[in-house]
Amino acid sequence: MALLNIRNLSVKFATATGSFTAVDGIDVHVDKGEVLAIVGESGSGKSVSMLAVMGLLPDTATITADEMTYDGQDISNLSAAERRRLIGREITMIFQEPVASLNPSFTVGFQIEEVLRLNLGLSNREARAKALDLFRAVGIPEPEDKINAYPHQMSGGQCQRVMIAIAIASNPRLLIADEPTTALDVTIQKQILDLLMQLQEDYGMALILITHDMGVVAETADRVVVQYKGRKMEEADVLSLFENPQHAYTRALLSALPEHATGDRLPTVSDFFAQEVTP
Amino acid sequence: MTGTKTAAVVEGRAIVQDYYVPGSMFAAGREVRALRGIDFSVEKGKTLAIVGESGSGKSTLARIIALIDAPTSGTLLIDGEPVDISSKRPSPVLRSKVQMVFQNPYGSLNPRQKVGNVLMEPLVINTDFPATERRDRAEAMLKKVGLQPEHFNRYPHMFSGGQRQRIAIARALMLNPQLLVLDEPVSALDLSVQAQVLNLLSDLQDEFGLTYVFVSHDLSVVRYIADDVMVISKGVAVEQGTREALFADPQHAYTQSLFAATPVTDVEAIRTRVARRKAARLATPV
Repeated sequence: MALLNIRNLSVKFATATGSFTAVDGIDVHVDKGEVLAIVGESGSGKSVSMLAVMGLLPDTATITADEMTYDGQDISNLSAAERRRLIGREITMIFQEPVASLNPSFTVGFQIEEVLRLNLGLSNREARAKALDLFRAVGIPEPEDKINAYPHQMSGGQCQRVMIAIAIASNPRLLIADEPTTALDVTIQKQILDLLMQLQEDYGMALILITHDMGVVAETADRVVVQYKGRKMEEADVLSLFENPQHAYTRALLSALPEHATGDRLPTVSDFFAQEVTP
Repeated sequence: MTGTKTAAVVEGRAIVQDYYVPGSMFAAGREVRALRGIDFSVEKGKTLAIVGESGSGKSTLARIIALIDAPTSGTLLIDGEPVDISSKRPSPVLRSKVQMVFQNPYGSLNPRQKVGNVLMEPLVINTDFPATERRDRAEAMLKKVGLQPEHFNRYPHMFSGGQRQRIAIARALMLNPQLLVLDEPVSALDLSVQAQVLNLLSDLQDEFGLTYVFVSHDLSVVRYIADDVMVISKGVAVEQGTREALFADPQHAYTQSLFAATPVTDVEAIRTRVARRKAARLATPV
């Protein structure tokens, strides 16, 4: 049933001062049509574990896993050609900085049509028509004009919509979104999250949402994995996590939310962590 | 926060700021009005939060209050005295009254400057303290913001984001300012670090009787730290009021849309959403 299944994933980086373990024995699985949120603060390894799956880590990284399968197929030792067939078609990804993810030298239309031609084998004309359809699907106003715009001529929210259009172009079964709304205003964040959730339901794709924002988790996830310093602290469905967090770190994260402040001081993670966990 | 009646530490009257966008070979230059007449005042020991989205003009206003930019028109009063920095730099006395902390602690500290020198530089420029006095004050301030005296000779890259923001706050406090302008001071920080820095800011406010102008886009942070809130959109202050009034009953449509967009972490809201998704899934099986 699991679409993506990873068991005991570790990622080590060779650095000048020795080996650094960024991800330490993480299990992640996501089912078809499921929204999984991976939550953690910077340095928790939440992005690195997904980049490892995508094969996007630099050569200094050593990836080990007991199991790494996508739809029953082992993806740990794919050749470059096999990987290209999978990544960018079946599994796609969007990133935090939408403006930086697009190439500033080309129009957004060129960039999405390139993906359509290469991945779906469309002709130029078909690619243009499909690109316009996708722009409409992700709610870009006046798609006929915008398709000839350069990334710097669009707002951050619109650039993220273009990134999403590129990511869903090949009808992926798994979309990995790495902090997709962190660089955006709160009203734009709401629009982008609503769009992602609607596309997720319409296309029936699985969605892995990497975020540090408990608010985003509350609004989107079915299931949540909480990570801290490369280890999994807790895994639960979203309701149980917020209703009855099991792990001290999760409780700390939830009570550090300013809206949960009860008195003058905000509890900090170290208040909770003093004895309970030694990272 | 004494009980005595005090005048506003900072006050703005009809502040307007225009930016000139230069033209090119193909386009004429034009004026952009970033602020369209903003009025505000903050009393001693209080926190005014300025809330808005990118492009609203909130950072422009922060720069004017921090005496970095001169407004195109309008009056800024510090301690009841009108301030005009359009023709000459603010005097050391005035400079000492108002200090600023910026959003990105990675960009606002010189990577080649040791922390001790970061902290002592405002004293070198604005005061005539001898070197030993400067050093003593810098070490004392490091302790105040939760760092150690041995951090004095380290470089900014050796610190985490939260520690760097502590250094930036320490630097702003070196001149014993009355008013601290904080431009998104915690939005680049992790949640748990954000909580620590917010706690530090409220401790320092109590200890030194500081007045804060706190620029933020995050309503949950504003609700925690602010006494008064100003919501600004496209250069206009669309709503102003006490925190209690504003959060209990937002009047302006823009404020309401900000509230509506802010994610809720309330268990009941999650329960409703999960139930709705389950129903939708049953209706259309994948």
